[in-house]
Amino acid sequence: MTHYLSKVMLFACLLFSQLFTQAAWANSADDYSSGLEQINSSKLKQVALGVDLLIRSGHPEAEYLLNAMLESKLYRHKKQNRLVMLLGKDGSKFTIADLNDSSNQETLSKRKVKRIPLNNTLRGKIKVYLAGKSLNSESGDVRKAAAQKLLEDLGDDELALFKTRLNLETNPDVIYILESGIALDKLANGEAYEKDQAIKFLSDSLQPAVRNALTTIIESGSDELKPAAKKALAKIEDKVEFYGFLEKLFFGLSLGSVLVLAAIGLAITFGVMGCINMAHGELIMIGAYTTYVIQLLMPNSIGMSLIVSVPAAFLVSGLVGIAIERGIIQFLKGRPLETLLATFGVSLVLQQLVRSIFSPLNRSVETPEWMSGALEINPIFAITYNRLYIIFFCLAVFALLFFVLRKTVLGLQVRAVSQNRNMARAMGVKSEWVDALTFGLGSGVAGVAGVALSQLTNVGPNLGQSYIIDSFMVVVFGGVGNLWGTLVAGMSLGVANKMLEPMSGAVLAKIIVLIFIILFIQKKPRGLFPQKGRAAED
Amino acid sequence: MNKFKTKFAGIAAASLLSVGASMSMAADTIKVGVLHSLSGTMAISETTLKDTMLMLIDEQNKKGGLLGKQLEAVVVDPASNWPLFAEKARELIEKEKVSSVFGCWTSVSRKSVLPVFEELNSLLFYPVQYEGEESSKNVFYTGAAPNTQAIPAVDYLMDEIGAKRWVLAGTDYVYPRTTNKILEAYLIAKGVAKEDIMINYTPFGHSDWQSIVSDIKKFGSAGKKTAVVSTINGDANVPFYKELGNQGISAENIPVVAFSVGEEELAGLDTGPLVGHLAAWNYFMSVEDEANDEFIEAWQAFIKDEDRVTNDPMEATYIGFNMWIKAVEAAGTTDPTAVQEALIGVAVPNLTGGLSTMMPNHHITKPVLIGEIQDDGQFEIVSQTAGLVPGDAWSDFLPGSKDVISDWRAPLSCGNYNVKTGKCSGQNYE
Repeated sequence: MTHYLSKVMLFACLLFSQLFTQAAWANSADDYSSGLEQINSSKLKQVALGVDLLIRSGHPEAEYLLNAMLESKLYRHKKQNRLVMLLGKDGSKFTIADLNDSSNQETLSKRKVKRIPLNNTLRGKIKVYLAGKSLNSESGDVRKAAAQKLLEDLGDDELALFKTRLNLETNPDVIYILESGIALDKLANGEAYEKDQAIKFLSDSLQPAVRNALTTIIESGSDELKPAAKKALAKIEDKVEFYGFLEKLFFGLSLGSVLVLAAIGLAITFGVMGCINMAHGELIMIGAYTTYVIQLLMPNSIGMSLIVSVPAAFLVSGLVGIAIERGIIQFLKGRPLETLLATFGVSLVLQQLVRSIFSPLNRSVETPEWMSGALEINPIFAITYNRLYIIFFCLAVFALLFFVLRKTVLGLQVRAVSQNRNMARAMGVKSEWVDALTFGLGSGVAGVAGVALSQLTNVGPNLGQSYIIDSFMVVVFGGVGNLWGTLVAGMSLGVANKMLEPMSGAVLAKIIVLIFIILFIQKKPRGLFPQKGRAAED
Repeated sequence: MNKFKTKFAGIAAASLLSVGASMSMAADTIKVGVLHSLSGTMAISETTLKDTMLMLIDEQNKKGGLLGKQLEAVVVDPASNWPLFAEKARELIEKEKVSSVFGCWTSVSRKSVLPVFEELNSLLFYPVQYEGEESSKNVFYTGAAPNTQAIPAVDYLMDEIGAKRWVLAGTDYVYPRTTNKILEAYLIAKGVAKEDIMINYTPFGHSDWQSIVSDIKKFGSAGKKTAVVSTINGDANVPFYKELGNQGISAENIPVVAFSVGEEELAGLDTGPLVGHLAAWNYFMSVEDEANDEFIEAWQAFIKDEDRVTNDPMEATYIGFNMWIKAVEAAGTTDPTAVQEALIGVAVPNLTGGLSTMMPNHHITKPVLIGEIQDDGQFEIVSQTAGLVPGDAWSDFLPGSKDVISDWRAPLSCGNYNVKTGKCSGQNYE
């Protein structure tokens, strides 16, 4: 009898649970389908409702849909009033496909479809949801990024996710973030002894959330916890200061390397040849535009186009430089004022030429994937890739130029001509030819600088103007005719500028640096590293 | 020799004829001055407005012109050189005898031409958002004043996004400084603590944003929702946004609302990392309205480029031009004094589906739209004022201008009337 009864009970239980899961399943499917209906709209409010439903449904397809929304691939077919997936764009033609059947494609005008709108709130919601999903991803990096994202937005749901994941997690970095999250929760809601432990654990963390939590305790927490929290916060602040200094140093070096890149071509034409070239900035600009043109020619391989641009910009700017030298500067030898005026005129002509060819609007040069983003060393110190590469690039250009001037025949002749033109000619050096090549070399390097600058700033007709003054400043400060001087001057001006900036603001920092250079030049008119020997006395 | 003579006579006759033709043309046309920089720094923004004017004049002529005459554009190039703006304005009014001028972009160029327009009593239509604190008898401001752009944007961030800490970042010149002064006063009046406001200025064309972006990041990691209000101008925006993207500041963490970034500025930019950052304007190209569709189509056909975008100052130019046409038709003459009077109260359709009206303070009513940048360089409109907002010449949030109003109708006829002292300082404000 009892046996029988228990069997019935078991059966009832099974039936019930079956029903229950089915109901839950039906619920989720309902949410999913009504969510789909809601997001098929151009009204943000309605889409917001739909996104909520999709997230609640937990339906396997929801993740895919929300991802497509984030990547702006989900569109609405205006006439047929249905959701479609964007496959590709070609000018004003879009290729779309059915949601469920990607083989059913259609190509139509972009006016026929409308992207499903999103705003920041929705984007944030979807990102948190997707982060929750990718907390169980295969890749450790993805899990780390997901955990970091959830930590910034820590609520009860996220905490539950953290706790379950912690049991499975093997990657130490991820474990640390998960434990930080749980400790943060204990710090806010735990027992007294738990809070104490949490503070101890968190005193090594550099997460902004931890600092904020500790500050809250110091301001309004219980008295027993305050000393420990203060100690932990002081320890963290020390580290923050240290990394803050490192960051400023890096910013300074990166600004310095940009200055050196812009100035190093001038160090050759102005420093070695003694010719004031006001069109130097425009040669940089031509290099940047070359990058733009090459990118137009190779639209499918942005990274490769950037590498191709380096020799191309060198050639284009170098040839323009040689043309300027042959056409104008050689006739003005020994007349610096006229050279200055003539090259200034050339700079205006080049600017207007670019305006006429490419329009006065700025052109967009895309940044390849490997140059965007940052190398995150810890939560408060990250090094941006584009700046990092440009520092290396600057050093490479410098080393190459140094090699050319020191170890090649051309370099020997250039130095000979710059030291004593008549003597060099008597020894059989074709000084005219050397002049043209030197100017071409300096101009070509300016073009290479343009490639680097195209990754940092606008490619427009005014690009050159903003760098010409800085370039002269660096060359004069470093000592005319000395490549090392240019390197040291550029780097030290960059670092000085960035160290001053947080204290004085960007505008004042620039002024202070300029005043310093004026005073310095008064004392040492030949710059940091003056040329020695008889040649320098002329 | 004989052959040469006949040739010469032929040329002389032809040139005489053409002179005669151009003279008779001149008598039959109404001249409109276009005063926008076509070279120099500002050419990037102003060239577009010159083309917009040419298109509008062309369209008006196809419709039969104005008062039975054809319109003729007189285009000059002040070359982004502020004193040259004044010279060129004088040339347009005195030598070319234009009946009105459409032009200027930067506030400093407007301040430079202002005395010329007042001295010679001509009309200037100014189509760009500006800092306010000005109302001239001869200038009609069809762009936004701070209360039709900056204040509603701050309200949106405060109410919808819940921003508690504020970074006011700007380029170091008159528009950002005045706007930020107004915004700071407004935020403090709204109960924001002084230490929750960070103000930062950078030089024109600033390109190294590393330290400032890193400061913003630190300022924003204090646990309170932080927003950046950017009055950064022109070229400096591109490296600023690039740096934001590289340092990993996304719009969900720290949204940036900009007052000088529109479709045209975004056209020179890879907008991927900017998605979600905001801009406040009175017009976006993405506005769904029939008049807007027609305008875009006409513009792209005129400029012969399907990818060219439209932007807010273009709409302001469109509104200003149509207001002038309507006022001239109502006055029956192009005489500046008569047109000035006729302009007040004139209402013309704008491109967002409303009717903009010229107010007695020479500013117009406009809707305020907040848009989020999308990855195609367009804006998704996320907020829109319920009705049209009249532009306020004198801000209510600055101690100096709180009590000042502007009304160019008789009997007051004053751009700077202090309601407390009952005095009008005439044209000599400031």
